[in-house]
Amino acid sequence: MSELDGKSQTVSEIVVSSAHGQSGKEGGSGGVIVLFFFVGLVASLIVGWVLFPKALYSQKKQPIDFNHTLHNGLVGNGCESCHFFREDGSYSGVPKLAQCIECHEEAQSSDPEEIKFVEQFVKKEIEVPWLVYARQPDCVFFSHAAHVKSANMDCATCHGPIGESEHMKLYQQNRITGYSRNIWGENIVGIKKNTWDRMKMDDCSECHQKQKVLLGSVQTQKEGCFVCHK
Amino acid sequence: MKIDRRSFLSLGIGVAAGTALSPLPWKLTDDLSIWTQNWPWTPVPEIGETSHVNSVCTLCPGGCGISVRKIEGRGVKIEGMTGHPVNQGGICALGLSGLQLLYGPTRIKTPLRRIGKRGEDRWEKISWEQAISEIAEKLDVLRTSGNSHTIAGIAGSRQGTVSQLFKRFLTAYGSPNFFHTPSCVDTYQLAFQYMNGVSGAPGFDLENADVILSFGSGLLDGWGSPVRMFKANTAWRKANAHVIQIEPRLSRTAAKADRWIAINPGTEAALALGVSHVLIKELLFDKEFVDSHTDGFESFVTSKGEMKKGFRQTVLENYSPETVARITGIDPSAIILLAREFAKAKAPLALCGKGQGIIPGSLAEAMAVHALNALVGSVNRKGGVFPMPETEIQVWHEVAMDSVAAVGINQTNLIGAPPNSPCGTNQIPAAILSGKGYPLNALFVLESNPLYTMADSKTVRDAFDKIPFLVSLSSFMDETARYADIVLPNHIYLERIEDAPAPTGFPKPVISLSKPVFKPQFNTKHAGDTLILLAKEMGGAVADAFPWDNFEACLEEVMGDKMKTLQEKGFWVDSDAAIPDWKAAFKTPSGKFQFSPAEATLGFVPVAIEGDSTFPLLLIPYETMRMAGGYIANPPFMTKTVEDTILKLNDSFIEINPKTAQSNQLSEGDFVVVQTSRGQARGRVHLEEGIMPGVIALPRGLGHTAYDGYIANKGINANQLIGPVQDPVSGLDAAWGIRAKLSKA
Repeated sequence: MSELDGKSQTVSEIVVSSAHGQSGKEGGSGGVIVLFFFVGLVASLIVGWVLFPKALYSQKKQPIDFNHTLHNGLVGNGCESCHFFREDGSYSGVPKLAQCIECHEEAQSSDPEEIKFVEQFVKKEIEVPWLVYARQPDCVFFSHAAHVKSANMDCATCHGPIGESEHMKLYQQNRITGYSRNIWGENIVGIKKNTWDRMKMDDCSECHQKQKVLLGSVQTQKEGCFVCHK
Repeated sequence: MKIDRRSFLSLGIGVAAGTALSPLPWKLTDDLSIWTQNWPWTPVPEIGETSHVNSVCTLCPGGCGISVRKIEGRGVKIEGMTGHPVNQGGICALGLSGLQLLYGPTRIKTPLRRIGKRGEDRWEKISWEQAISEIAEKLDVLRTSGNSHTIAGIAGSRQGTVSQLFKRFLTAYGSPNFFHTPSCVDTYQLAFQYMNGVSGAPGFDLENADVILSFGSGLLDGWGSPVRMFKANTAWRKANAHVIQIEPRLSRTAAKADRWIAINPGTEAALALGVSHVLIKELLFDKEFVDSHTDGFESFVTSKGEMKKGFRQTVLENYSPETVARITGIDPSAIILLAREFAKAKAPLALCGKGQGIIPGSLAEAMAVHALNALVGSVNRKGGVFPMPETEIQVWHEVAMDSVAAVGINQTNLIGAPPNSPCGTNQIPAAILSGKGYPLNALFVLESNPLYTMADSKTVRDAFDKIPFLVSLSSFMDETARYADIVLPNHIYLERIEDAPAPTGFPKPVISLSKPVFKPQFNTKHAGDTLILLAKEMGGAVADAFPWDNFEACLEEVMGDKMKTLQEKGFWVDSDAAIPDWKAAFKTPSGKFQFSPAEATLGFVPVAIEGDSTFPLLLIPYETMRMAGGYIANPPFMTKTVEDTILKLNDSFIEINPKTAQSNQLSEGDFVVVQTSRGQARGRVHLEEGIMPGVIALPRGLGHTAYDGYIANKGINANQLIGPVQDPVSGLDAAWGIRAKLSKA
């Protein structure tokens, strides 16, 4: 956010200085016109860069502040200890209560989040309504097995170093699409620095282009729409 | 400083420029396009763990193994079970649509007591305890007053542990009135009893036959076990087998057969005898089989000293191709050619049971067809037909009847027939309305919908009006449940444990186990459990006959050793079962196949269908794979597959030959009223070359008045237009149609 704020400041400085220049040449009326132009320009830039991104996303807290680092240190098989593949090869995603109960039938520590988890969910046998940052819409077919098992990709390539996080970040939901903000990416313009910053279709195809995998579709012999959109 | 119009224009331009330079329009465009792909009303399947549960489909008597795919407990698809002996992984449209019956709005959610008039559909919810004790109280009053025989039960299935438990309840209570929904299996059983001397459901070794002569059986329209028939058809194509379909209308089966011979409706028996005539006259029959394993072929002297004509003489005298041609409308030369082709085959097989075989049909016809099979030796051999060996499928301990039950059970039943007679369910309404026998005080209906499926719905309703107490054990708010006084909702087939024995027509003894694939969705109870609870509530000898805690315990007991296999594999096949050898095959007095049994005479006896000369046309109902016409109503998925020449919006189309249409001044799509002596209905006409002139046809499965908005009020219920016709020997329903007339509406 600070980066964006900086930008808008720079823009408004330019605006002010050029407004002075204009008014000098064209006199009163012209100056007003230029001023109005810049007022409109600045206002809409502020709306577009600052207010719009804030208004676009609603913010939700995860029901439990889960500590990935802590758990990662305790389990034996990395991410797959909890985010495992089922026997049929399908990917289980966010763990269900049944898995958590294996260790957390009773609270293991005095951590208030853990106690809250045991009291509110384990004892009442209610599934935790986790908010999934990387949830793709129904029209996208994605196989974790193909990427993780066959292509030996790291989880972090798409999901980032979540395994090293100590707290759950805020879940931001796009008010229009209902998608998580992590699909479009934190950067409102869509600029990414890391492979895991965005999860839009272009990001999938970027990697597929680079790796030259599954580019051809049986149906079209062009880029493979039907690989993901079945 | 002057602020004018231009200042605001400038402001606008500034806003436009700033907006364009910000991410807002681009991001918004993207989001809006995504939004349009995610309408909230678009159903999205659950995400989660996939699991499969194997079970058996009991929506029809086909007994196919199914595998239900579930996501996180919610059923998403029903598939055929790979490796099941009956359907080998295949499934039909009805089986596929089963989830709509599970989740659809037509389910009954809790026990109900009627508060409005009958059929008014006004109910109050009651608890199971209330419902059971209320019924038990009523039954107790009847029993103590010596009227135990005045209650009756109609079950949807003739076999299976739940049906047997239902029968057992009536026996222990003291009523001889157990009925089931009859079918062509009942007629076949009688034919076997008379001609083979052995009782048993028919087993057709169709896969090994090479010329299949079907007397109107809808082999690809749901006859027997439908998916098995599709697989058999594939096998016939590969083996170059020939299918000859004899039928007045170009059904799917006829269209896919190698030859279709249009015949005057109801004259199939005459053709079977005509074919026999040619076989005998041209010495094309299996002489070795006839000589060594049959009796009554030649004329003989009965024990009373009378001369009785044998099969040979009867057929040679009365059923020459010319005579048969006059009856059936088939060219004599075609009959001769048909006979020659049939005789030439290595494994010829003739079969009957019209359409899906839901009407028991004429006994004379079944016997004529069976005799034809015997003539070519296709009885009790590979590729032939035989009564299924009666293995002890369920082992029950005897009911210890108290004095009331012992008296009640020995009364003649409702239709005046002695115990163990063929199941004349079709005669119930007439028997009640005639008032000749005793009045019926209570009727229990289990998985059956007589108000819709029985011929002449109006008479059935009139008869039901005379029954003071009507209880339905249905899962759905069908026509009969809606007319009931108390509804005890049953689990649907996907929610209950149950055995599904003997798929219709299948030549091996198979039992499949229906498992609870889903937890009960509503406050329903397994009908087996309901019966056990009811018996326990009644106490005394009735309760003693039901010592089990629940239905599952009962099933485990009666299934014995088989239960383990059923639990593990999902089905049980009697692998030792073989076609009985000649000694065991025939248990007639002579120990041979009997062409001329004492109980019934072979010959063509036309079924006296209703209607006089004021009705110039013949209306025949037909069945199709795209419609469920029995207790199970057509799920919406299936209705979607029905062509708009059969159902368009809510109008049924009556199939008519263009010539008949022309002489009645009707053209395609005209609205008409079809009228018979039993009722009338409004529909439209569809001109179709594939139906004989003078004949009109309507499919079974439309015209429901109950259920829900997705099922009800679509088209005409063909059953309401037809009257039952009793077969003179068996008493079973043999009505293949009715005389009718059409007038422009």
